[in-house]
Amino acid sequence: MPRHLLMLNRITGANGRRLLVAVPLVWLALFFLLPLLKTLQVSFTTAQRSVPPYAPLWGFDDTGFFTNFTLDNYQLLATYWQDYIGPAGNSVKLAFFSTLVCLIFAYPMAWWIARSNAAWRAVLLVLVMLPFWTSSLLRIYALIGLLNPNGFINAMLIWLGIIDTPMRMMQTDFSIYMGMVLTYLPLMILPLYAVMVRLDDDVIEAATDLGASSVGVWWTVILPLTLPGVIAGSLLVFIPAVGEFVIPALLGGPDQLMMGKVLWTEFFRNRDWPVAAAIAMLLLAILTVPIIYARYQDGRDDRDADTPTGAS
Amino acid sequence: MAPFIRLTALTKKFNDVVAVDDLSLDIDKGDLFCLLGASGCGKSTLLRMLAGFEQPTAGTIEIDGQNMAGVAPADRPVNIMFQNYALFPHMSVAGNVGYGLRRAGMRGAALAERIDALLKLVRLAGYGDRKPKQLSGGQRQRVALARALARQPKLLLLDEPLAALDKKLREDTQFELVDIQERLGTTFMVVTHDQEEAMTLAGRIGIMDNGRLVQVDSPRTLYENPKNRFVADFLGMISFVEGRVTKAASTALVIDSTPPITAAIDQQRGLASQPEKGAQVTLAIRPEKISLSAVATGAVNEIPVIVEDLAYLGVASNYRVKTADGQMFKLQQQQSRRASKPLEWGDAGFIQFDPADVIILP
Repeated sequence: MPRHLLMLNRITGANGRRLLVAVPLVWLALFFLLPLLKTLQVSFTTAQRSVPPYAPLWGFDDTGFFTNFTLDNYQLLATYWQDYIGPAGNSVKLAFFSTLVCLIFAYPMAWWIARSNAAWRAVLLVLVMLPFWTSSLLRIYALIGLLNPNGFINAMLIWLGIIDTPMRMMQTDFSIYMGMVLTYLPLMILPLYAVMVRLDDDVIEAATDLGASSVGVWWTVILPLTLPGVIAGSLLVFIPAVGEFVIPALLGGPDQLMMGKVLWTEFFRNRDWPVAAAIAMLLLAILTVPIIYARYQDGRDDRDADTPTGAS
Repeated sequence: MAPFIRLTALTKKFNDVVAVDDLSLDIDKGDLFCLLGASGCGKSTLLRMLAGFEQPTAGTIEIDGQNMAGVAPADRPVNIMFQNYALFPHMSVAGNVGYGLRRAGMRGAALAERIDALLKLVRLAGYGDRKPKQLSGGQRQRVALARALARQPKLLLLDEPLAALDKKLREDTQFELVDIQERLGTTFMVVTHDQEEAMTLAGRIGIMDNGRLVQVDSPRTLYENPKNRFVADFLGMISFVEGRVTKAASTALVIDSTPPITAAIDQQRGLASQPEKGAQVTLAIRPEKISLSAVATGAVNEIPVIVEDLAYLGVASNYRVKTADGQMFKLQQQQSRRASKPLEWGDAGFIQFDPADVIILP
């Protein structure tokens, strides 16, 4: 064994290994769990003109220990739920259809990459990830440049004589979904690719050999075996897509209010941190439902799909 | 009547590489045929052409009188048992075995009954609900066999059927495989690189080299009467001696190879014509046909040797001995007497072999 590996082994002995695990754990606790708890705490406070703009949840004053715990913010959301259900619905709808479109594009792409020869695979994977290496904001502005009334696409179409007046593409569903799919597609391709590249050719040939049509092979063998990738990719796209703020704000119209925009307004315009925190917590609760469901499905994954008695 | 399976002038080229070269072969119905060859000899390509995964560059495949050209893998009366079994990991044993039947439209009680019968055939009754990963290697192999047999193929292709099993399990499995094949009467074609697997399983073996069939015969004929040096060397151990014919009588040849070796003529089935005096020939002798003794016995072919190397195997010992002029012989001595004192490394002795056991190769 090379010397540096021996050294590492010595450092990462029984205690060392625990230390290695502890570092990311501490990191997660500091930068993920603590802010989350802080948000939860803020959601139980009352807004006021101060820095920070909310009353402390507990503390000491002349009368001694006091608490200011309140459920008013949640009550507010419950009372004015009609004001929030629209944006929440818009966000979930956007996330859902973005996930669906990503899945439709990514599945054949991932399959094609996974079935290419090894040298090509590396190139194609880099191409998939390449957009990630540029700022997402830059990509969206580039898209605006393409879709604008006097942008590249309209100019091209007019020059070709296909249309006379510029088409309206910006601030439509089309532009939002363009932005969403362009941004999130790699997150769908990568987990799909990971399961597809491990898929055994022999299993596909065995199904063909046993009389399955190409659709039959896909439905009975390839789809069930790539389902974990479909679930993982869908979660990776859906969850950040629900909270997406930048893309709808830059590419969408003013008529469609998204949850991200509502949060932004509550935080920065109304300076009502407690209500914003309550919205965030509620959104989190809504988002964890699909995760828990997916994990539950994962556990059931072991059940068979093609038993003689089961329907298919 | 045409044979059950007939391959005629079958050729497969990948770009400029010839994988299968002008191969013709007939297999009778109910045969257990084995295709034996080193990796890269083209046997896998041949198997994939039979299954329909590769299209021949030239030549035809006929199964039961039907030309297979243009017939998709799914529509061929051929099934494969894959080397790594290729079981569907997300389906139960019953789901795997019934897969082909479901694709053929079988459902309900008929399907369940057929699956039960197949599982019973491979001694896995009651395992229908298990997942492949809950099974041992031997059980998985039997699921793969049942799945491949489910559609009652006219030809079953088995790709290295025993390769993934450990040695102890292989012996039981190979007899079981032969037993099932005999009971069903299905034509089996085993493809393997393992000569022991081929010898124990098959009634007829085709030895393949460089895309061509070198010799097709029973295991015994291949071993005792190899057609050429490649076959002789490929199957088991053998010693070769080069020499020139110095005396050609009607019953025996004497070959000058210091010392002279006498070979009986009537045993040379692999030879097209009798070599003439002065012809250059290769002689081959199997190790178990050579005996070794400390003293001369006066036999026809007796050569003084020195023990170069010896490996004790329990049942027998493998020797490598050397003659005065440097010719090596491999031989095997049975340990038939516990008390006998065998020759050791560096000892001088004599080897003897019967002229009838000398193989003359062209």
